[in-house]
Amino acid sequence: MYPDNLYYTKDHEWVKVEDDLAIIGITEFAQKQLGDIVYIELPEIGTNLEVHQTIGAIESVKAVSDVFSPIAGEVIEVNEKLNESPELINQDPYGQGWIIKLRIKNKTDLNQLMSASEYEKYVESLEA
Amino acid sequence: MNRREPLIFELSGEGKRAFFLPPLDVPEKREILEFLPCRENIPGFPEVSEPEIVRHFTRLAQTNFCVDTTFYPLGSCTMKYSPKINEKIAGLSHFLTIHPLAQEELVQGSLELIKLLEDYLCRITGMAYFTLWPAAGAHGELTGMMMIRAALTRRGNPRKIVLIPDSAHGTNPSSAHLCGYHVQEIKSNEEGTVDVEDLEKMMTDEVAALMLTNPNTLGIFEKDICRLAEIVHRRGGFVYMDGANMNALLGKFRPGDHGVDVIHLNLHKTFSTPHGGGGPGAGPVGVTEELEPFLPIPVIKREGERLVVENNRPLSIGRVRTFFGNFLVLVKALAYILSLGDEGLKQVAEIAVLNSNYLRKSLEGIFHLKYSSPTLHECVFSDKWQREKGVQNIDIAKRLIDFGLHPPTMSFPLIVQGALMIEPTETESKVELDAFIEAMKQIAYEAEKNPEILKTAPHRAYVRRLDEVAAARNPVLRWKG
Repeated sequence: MYPDNLYYTKDHEWVKVEDDLAIIGITEFAQKQLGDIVYIELPEIGTNLEVHQTIGAIESVKAVSDVFSPIAGEVIEVNEKLNESPELINQDPYGQGWIIKLRIKNKTDLNQLMSASEYEKYVESLEA
Repeated sequence: MNRREPLIFELSGEGKRAFFLPPLDVPEKREILEFLPCRENIPGFPEVSEPEIVRHFTRLAQTNFCVDTTFYPLGSCTMKYSPKINEKIAGLSHFLTIHPLAQEELVQGSLELIKLLEDYLCRITGMAYFTLWPAAGAHGELTGMMMIRAALTRRGNPRKIVLIPDSAHGTNPSSAHLCGYHVQEIKSNEEGTVDVEDLEKMMTDEVAALMLTNPNTLGIFEKDICRLAEIVHRRGGFVYMDGANMNALLGKFRPGDHGVDVIHLNLHKTFSTPHGGGGPGAGPVGVTEELEPFLPIPVIKREGERLVVENNRPLSIGRVRTFFGNFLVLVKALAYILSLGDEGLKQVAEIAVLNSNYLRKSLEGIFHLKYSSPTLHECVFSDKWQREKGVQNIDIAKRLIDFGLHPPTMSFPLIVQGALMIEPTETESKVELDAFIEAMKQIAYEAEKNPEILKTAPHRAYVRRLDEVAAARNPVLRWKG
């Protein structure tokens, strides 16, 4: 449910690192909590995000929540497919449901994030 | 119940009429209407007979689920019954026919009414001044935050941050944000309240205000409010209290006596004026002496025997609403306050809290309750135990409709997963509460034995389960012939 090769945040985002680039999305737990996603607001390409800055709002039938950037960096690509098919986040949160791609500013930001096993424990503590 | 009500356009047939005028028996003088932009024909205007019109709208009215027909325990909304005497008073011709631009001396009575309501709200909340103009709760929040910003700007620094607990009303962060502030969330502690130590850590010289909903959206009273206020004040910030849940506190707790600098009330919640589509609403804002110069205009002042309307106030944040706000709503709220009196208002709070706790105790052990702290006017259950059978809060809510009951608030506050937020209000009898409890017990039983019946509910409503996801993803907002 939580792939080993990703980093995780307490706000339920994941980060996949590819050299100096990072792909960001929300976790299986987050998509389940939100329920059917009906809209996501994507940032402009070129936006410089700080750690914990809002990437955009995500709207489900139940609620509207913010998605936060786990690390600092410049947005170089957004998943345009989500404009038409936000349900991709529900169907495939770690694959086709990715949200943005960043050029990483400080690799050290990653040290603050959780590993898959740490995140799994964290989620268990929330469900208790 | 058994057929879809057509749209009025679909009922239309050429030449159908609800009335026929006799032929004109005087010379026609069309030129006197020339200055009006009159159309000869309105394209697509529906043509129907009188019985068709009457039956169409009567049938629509019969499908309405409202506080005049059913128990309506929508948490955080205080959907209490709106006494009809309020409507009767607000319908008096003097109130209906006065002009908002009438000269002061011709409307002294109406100004007196506004002043009287301001004074009563001050007395109820312990605030020094009130403005009655904001047209809704969130409008009141914005007005209040604008006053805080104006006061801080005058001191030399508007500051940057507003602190808001995760158990606050959802509009609070939006209002602070619209006012140019960055919102920082305070996490609730295990008791479901704001921790004094957490606030101590987060409070800096850049924090403009703490926005506190009290009692919060879990129905829990923020018992440390005095200490929280002290921490905020020590660093030069303001305390904003979202008073949408004031129903629980009437005659029991005056926020102005406990460090609150700004509060908004919802007349359409606590003070029984119609709510939702039956509105409009009103969100008066109370402030301390210090914030008085920043009140929106106009300000009504007593000068000897007379009341005057003051518009020349250099420090005011300006106008927030046309004329005198939603004046008739103010009339209704005053009628409510006067008909209940001090003792009656106190009883409102007592019975609202009693009813809520009766429901909570009756359903504890049947539905999961995340926070065990004592609650006031509402309580938040969750679908945690039913989820094991694949039943979610939405299924429970939809099934309640089959019992002729309005569902509670769902999936809010966000800190309770699968939340069912129930606020019965004081206007419900024990018979009504028992019917709700029985329905909820039956639903819990069905979740165990026959979850399918819940997942496909409602079965006895005007429409069956609607596809909310498709509606949100591909909304059809217009009739296209």
